[in-house]
Amino acid sequence: MLKTRLIPVLLLKNGLLVRSEGFEIHQIIGNPINEVDRFNQWNVDELIYIDISEGDKYDLGRDDSKLKGLNDPLDILKAVSKNCLMPLTWGGRIKDLDDIHERISFGADKVTINSQAFKNPSLITEGAKKFGSQAIVVNIDVFKNSEGVFEVYIDRGKNPTGESPESWAKKVQDLGAGEILLQSINNDGLAKGYDLDLISKVTSAVNIPVIALGGVGEFSDYPKGIHAGASAVAAANLWHFKELADRLGKKSLREAGIEVRS
Amino acid sequence: MKLTVGVVDFGMGNIQSVINGFEAIGKEVKKISSPSELSDLHGIVLPGVGAFAQGMESLKRLGFDEYLYNEVVIKNKPFLGICLGLQLLATSGSEHGEHEGLNWISGKVELMKVNSSNKKVRIPHIGWNNIKNLSENTFFKDIKENPDFYFVHSYSFVPQDKSVITSLCNHGDDFVSSIQKGNIIATQFHPEKSQVNGLKLLKNWYEMIENA
Repeated sequence: MLKTRLIPVLLLKNGLLVRSEGFEIHQIIGNPINEVDRFNQWNVDELIYIDISEGDKYDLGRDDSKLKGLNDPLDILKAVSKNCLMPLTWGGRIKDLDDIHERISFGADKVTINSQAFKNPSLITEGAKKFGSQAIVVNIDVFKNSEGVFEVYIDRGKNPTGESPESWAKKVQDLGAGEILLQSINNDGLAKGYDLDLISKVTSAVNIPVIALGGVGEFSDYPKGIHAGASAVAAANLWHFKELADRLGKKSLREAGIEVRS
Repeated sequence: MKLTVGVVDFGMGNIQSVINGFEAIGKEVKKISSPSELSDLHGIVLPGVGAFAQGMESLKRLGFDEYLYNEVVIKNKPFLGICLGLQLLATSGSEHGEHEGLNWISGKVELMKVNSSNKKVRIPHIGWNNIKNLSENTFFKDIKENPDFYFVHSYSFVPQDKSVITSLCNHGDDFVSSIQKGNIIATQFHPEKSQVNGLKLLKNWYEMIENA
């Protein structure tokens, strides 16, 4: 039987790992390459890296820092994949088929596309045709307004699209996406748990797997995400600030009767 | 004698992951970008992340199909196909229309069958799943029962001759997770991404060549 996946999401900004809150606050927490060794030792199920840097160029300007990043995100991918003997999904800055190809040939098993999928939906279809649906993940960021209405946002949570998450999820499935990485903007970094209503709505709308992201503060938030319909549960910040994040996360899932890989 | 093992780079694969996997077990493998390099190899790996039609088209365009046939089917060189590298061995595949495969092993690659009313079983089949009914062979040497491997695919191989099946996996329904026909071994899952169990298989395969 397919095991439920527990996935760390690593956010990269200008070559360094950051923690994120509300899509706005980004605090540097480490070196992206050293982290992989830790996750390898833990035998985590899968890793997702998302490059959230803005602009086309990396501006490090941190030569004085101990936390030295790398100048080119693809150099980071190469260095990460070198030690990454587990499934790796890479996202951020993907504009066209060449970008997808480059990431896969450098060691990514899947790519995750966000804003560009919305701006140019044929990229999903073309990507699926060339690399197979299983390699194309669409990242959907969702903001819930004060009236409780969900809306898909793009460009790192800056721009509303007017689309509901269910309808966009259905569209990306029909366009050929193999998986959805569903993130709540409101819950990002708050450690108050997933938006279960959002997970339930989107997972009911599609037949492809959905990975839940955004808001995990306690290990007990994971099984709630699965019971709401997600096929896999992910978190970012928690992995950096809790000890034994993999083992205890799996334990929490197992105790809720969810089959995980030991 | 020093062995030379090559990974076929036909523009589709997660080449680097496979190379990294072998490096992790202390084995150097070569990236093969031109069919003429195949004849010097002692073992050939055909990886693949991609769609069936594109995969075949790339193999043909680069001239790999005939060279591979010569080395693997005629000269019986040890061969390991991974994921799309397994599927392409079939007679045909039905991803984005009906397409011809390499036809080294008769059978079809079809969309996995699942009951659409069961929301828990979704396609693509992505994640860690255990394989079962493992054949007793050198490839699976020292692998414990019901081992987990990483899968990421929507299509699976249905061989005509069931005797080539060396393990099964279940996702909604049983499907073929690995096959062997003489020197040809192939897995639907990704050994290079399956940590301890996966590296063990890469090691077993490499040692089969060393001991041949």
